[in-house]
Amino acid sequence: MSATVPSPNAAATPAAAHKPDSYKPVSYAARLFKKPLALVAIAWLILVVICAVFAKQLSSFDPLDQELLDVKQLPSALHWLGTDVLGRDVLSRLMHGAGPTLIGVLQAIGIAAALGVLVGVSAGYFRGRWDKWVAQYVNLLQAMPFIVTALAVLMVFGRSMMSAMITFGVLASSGMIRVIRSVTLGVREELYIEAARISGLSDAAIIVRHVLPRIAGPIIVQLSLFSAAAITVQTGLSFLGLGVVPPNPTWGTMIADASAGINDFPWLLVPSGLAVALTILAFGLLGDALRDTAVETWARAVTKNAGAAITLDPNAATVDGDVVLAVRHVTIKALNNPAMRPLVNNVSFELKAGETLGIVGESGSGKTLTSLSLLGLLPPGTEVVSGEAVVKGQRIALSDEAALRALRGKTIGMIFQEPMAALDPCFTVGHHLTEVLRAHADLSRSEATAQALELLKQVQILDPEDIMGRYPHQISGGMAQRVGIAKALALKPSILLADEPTTALDVTVQAEILELIRSISQSHHMAVVLVTHDWGVVADICDRALVLYQGVMQETANVVDLFHNPQHEYTKALLRANPHNAKVGEPLATIQNAMLTTTSGEKMAVAA
Amino acid sequence: MSSSVSTTTKRADKPLLEVQDLKVVFKSGHKEFHALKGVNLSIDAAETLGLVGESGSGKTTIGKVILGQVPATSGKILFDGEDITHATRERRRTLGREIQVVFQDPYGSLNPARSIGDTLSEPLLTQTTLTRQDMARKIAEILEQVGMPTDTASRYPAQFSGGQRQRIAIARAVIGRPRLVVCDEPVSGLDLSVQAQVLNLLNDLQKSMGLALLFISHDLTVVRHVSRRTAVLFRGDIVEQGDTLQVLDTPQHAYTQALLSAAPVPDPLVQRVKREAWRKLQQERGVGQKALAA
Repeated sequence: MSATVPSPNAAATPAAAHKPDSYKPVSYAARLFKKPLALVAIAWLILVVICAVFAKQLSSFDPLDQELLDVKQLPSALHWLGTDVLGRDVLSRLMHGAGPTLIGVLQAIGIAAALGVLVGVSAGYFRGRWDKWVAQYVNLLQAMPFIVTALAVLMVFGRSMMSAMITFGVLASSGMIRVIRSVTLGVREELYIEAARISGLSDAAIIVRHVLPRIAGPIIVQLSLFSAAAITVQTGLSFLGLGVVPPNPTWGTMIADASAGINDFPWLLVPSGLAVALTILAFGLLGDALRDTAVETWARAVTKNAGAAITLDPNAATVDGDVVLAVRHVTIKALNNPAMRPLVNNVSFELKAGETLGIVGESGSGKTLTSLSLLGLLPPGTEVVSGEAVVKGQRIALSDEAALRALRGKTIGMIFQEPMAALDPCFTVGHHLTEVLRAHADLSRSEATAQALELLKQVQILDPEDIMGRYPHQISGGMAQRVGIAKALALKPSILLADEPTTALDVTVQAEILELIRSISQSHHMAVVLVTHDWGVVADICDRALVLYQGVMQETANVVDLFHNPQHEYTKALLRANPHNAKVGEPLATIQNAMLTTTSGEKMAVAA
Repeated sequence: MSSSVSTTTKRADKPLLEVQDLKVVFKSGHKEFHALKGVNLSIDAAETLGLVGESGSGKTTIGKVILGQVPATSGKILFDGEDITHATRERRRTLGREIQVVFQDPYGSLNPARSIGDTLSEPLLTQTTLTRQDMARKIAEILEQVGMPTDTASRYPAQFSGGQRQRIAIARAVIGRPRLVVCDEPVSGLDLSVQAQVLNLLNDLQKSMGLALLFISHDLTVVRHVSRRTAVLFRGDIVEQGDTLQVLDTPQHAYTQALLSAAPVPDPLVQRVKREAWRKLQQERGVGQKALAA
């Protein structure tokens, strides 16, 4: 233990303590343009738009000019994409046809976007009667068959493509309304909306300032997908000859012309078909890229932990007879940033039967990673680079996932912080328990049920028959944690790993659960590893504790020594910061900024 | 009302906030849930009232009614003598300048898509007389006061830790110079080392601005540290209310006793004795305790 850590200083200015790193956010557009597929899609769409806008200037032929001597030509230097059955230049027709196609798409998008955002956001935000009316209206729209409606509209409005596309926009807006309404519903429950309301912002201001920026992502994606559908509809209608009147070119009429002569001159189908297909593809790719760009800031890509195998050190000492678990030299690193300090740095500990060891630390200390590494359950993006566990005399490298998997349940049981989340809401408590029992032993249904009841009695549930038949949402948090413990005990493990088992519980329930863990540990002679941030819990239940800070073991000692004679500065500082040890009316001791910003594990003294 | 202990602390003649016989009933279908069953409490100007209770006790609901987020079924809420129980929308909007809030979750309470400056300007928007420069100056001032660097305003929430976000949330609450701030478990999600800084900050701000705080928490140790008076809430009733040290050192109500004996203290020797006392209490209660824990 060396004194390399500066002593905590309560007078440290908070301003200095909270200097965020000089991280510059990368703008949405910059991140989007880093995606090659997005660039290709955008480039294609820009090309199509340019062709549509400047069709007259760019094409050297009139799209209606018929060269009856030059019909059905394959691509040549003169006609880059050949000519059609009437000798018209295909490229020129394609470029001139892009305009009506795109305009049709834009009309549909405009209508659908306007309706979708206005109606969807207002229904989701205001709820109430308006929301119910909107739901009925959406159902009505979805019940209307588009083709039939479009035919009727076209009859009335005299083959106007615009009226058909607007009809399509209105009908298709129903899906958009649904999606936007549901994302709005999620956002309106956010605390910052409540804070804005308390601050006196009007509903309109809240929608503009808070709701729209948050739901922009889903809206953009919906629109890009919708535009792909709109192209299909636009070309489909032209193909049927319902919109633009021939001989004026659109992509749809060109496909219709080509399909008429498909046996005779199949090439003609290629340019127009490809133009439609590529544009749809471009909208789809762009939609994907927009969504990924919006999500990537908070959703991590899943990377497989392809950790190298760890070779066991043959010279490592064996363990004493009553040590059920020895963990040696665990080091865990982040995969995406190998230069960063290890998340867990050379942590070792031993555990005797019937003993409870606390792993104590604050968020980011590596306490949970250490415990998960024993089960081979490290989250994606992390990798164990060294370490071994000696479990009941058997040495296992922590990179050996198969061996660790074999330990789960049978040798090491686990309970979690969120007892509810650990139970599948679709199944009863009884199912959860019998499933575990029957998966590992050849038990009949009634035998498994009898054992499950016995387990529930062990965790002091007074009415086990009743609880067996209940679903997770029908029991309280404390009861769910008891069930979680019963499930962990099912295979009679000799070690119980408890990750913040009472953090989500009320303090009166916490006292009962801790008492239960203690009594089970004693009666089953079971070793317990308890991961926690709560010094009260450590004082209550642990025999020994290991203090982690930034992945480095600060000290390990029996709890009385730890609390009454802490050796390490960090432990002392934490105990001082606890309001329990502070004088009422005086400011609390805080941990000095140097302590919080130390990044190199080496600067910290490592407890041997 | 159950056994309320009369308060011995000297109180001002007219409290800043008075909650009188507040009842809140939530209805879903034919089911009724009585969240608050007739709550009385009061907070003086520049005073902190601790409100202790476990999940489902109704402590968050009290805060929400005061903030106008949940309608009172019956009872009265007086703010500076004015009945704001059924304040109009317009009055509520202006009340946002006087009554503010700090939530538990510093991640959910800041919009990730908006810069800190945008968020901090919100409580000022109802003051139409402020120019853009005034606003920027106020934001810079408040950021300095909560100990955040000056370039914070142009940054986004994602770049800050939980403790820093809570400072920002506190800055938003106090930027409009409110008289009362409802703090709903403001340090529950924070690490111990950060919790100390946030509690000190709240204390400093209270002194310099003369804020009254309704400090809602499940953590008895924290409440003991920050509030001079404490009310204990159990299933929609205030079972005990009075001087903090008196309530926590000589609890009169069985629930307060149960709560205190269940809370572990960070000292294994003391905790061992406490644990024994808890076991005794459990055995004495027997059936009664079971009902509490259910």
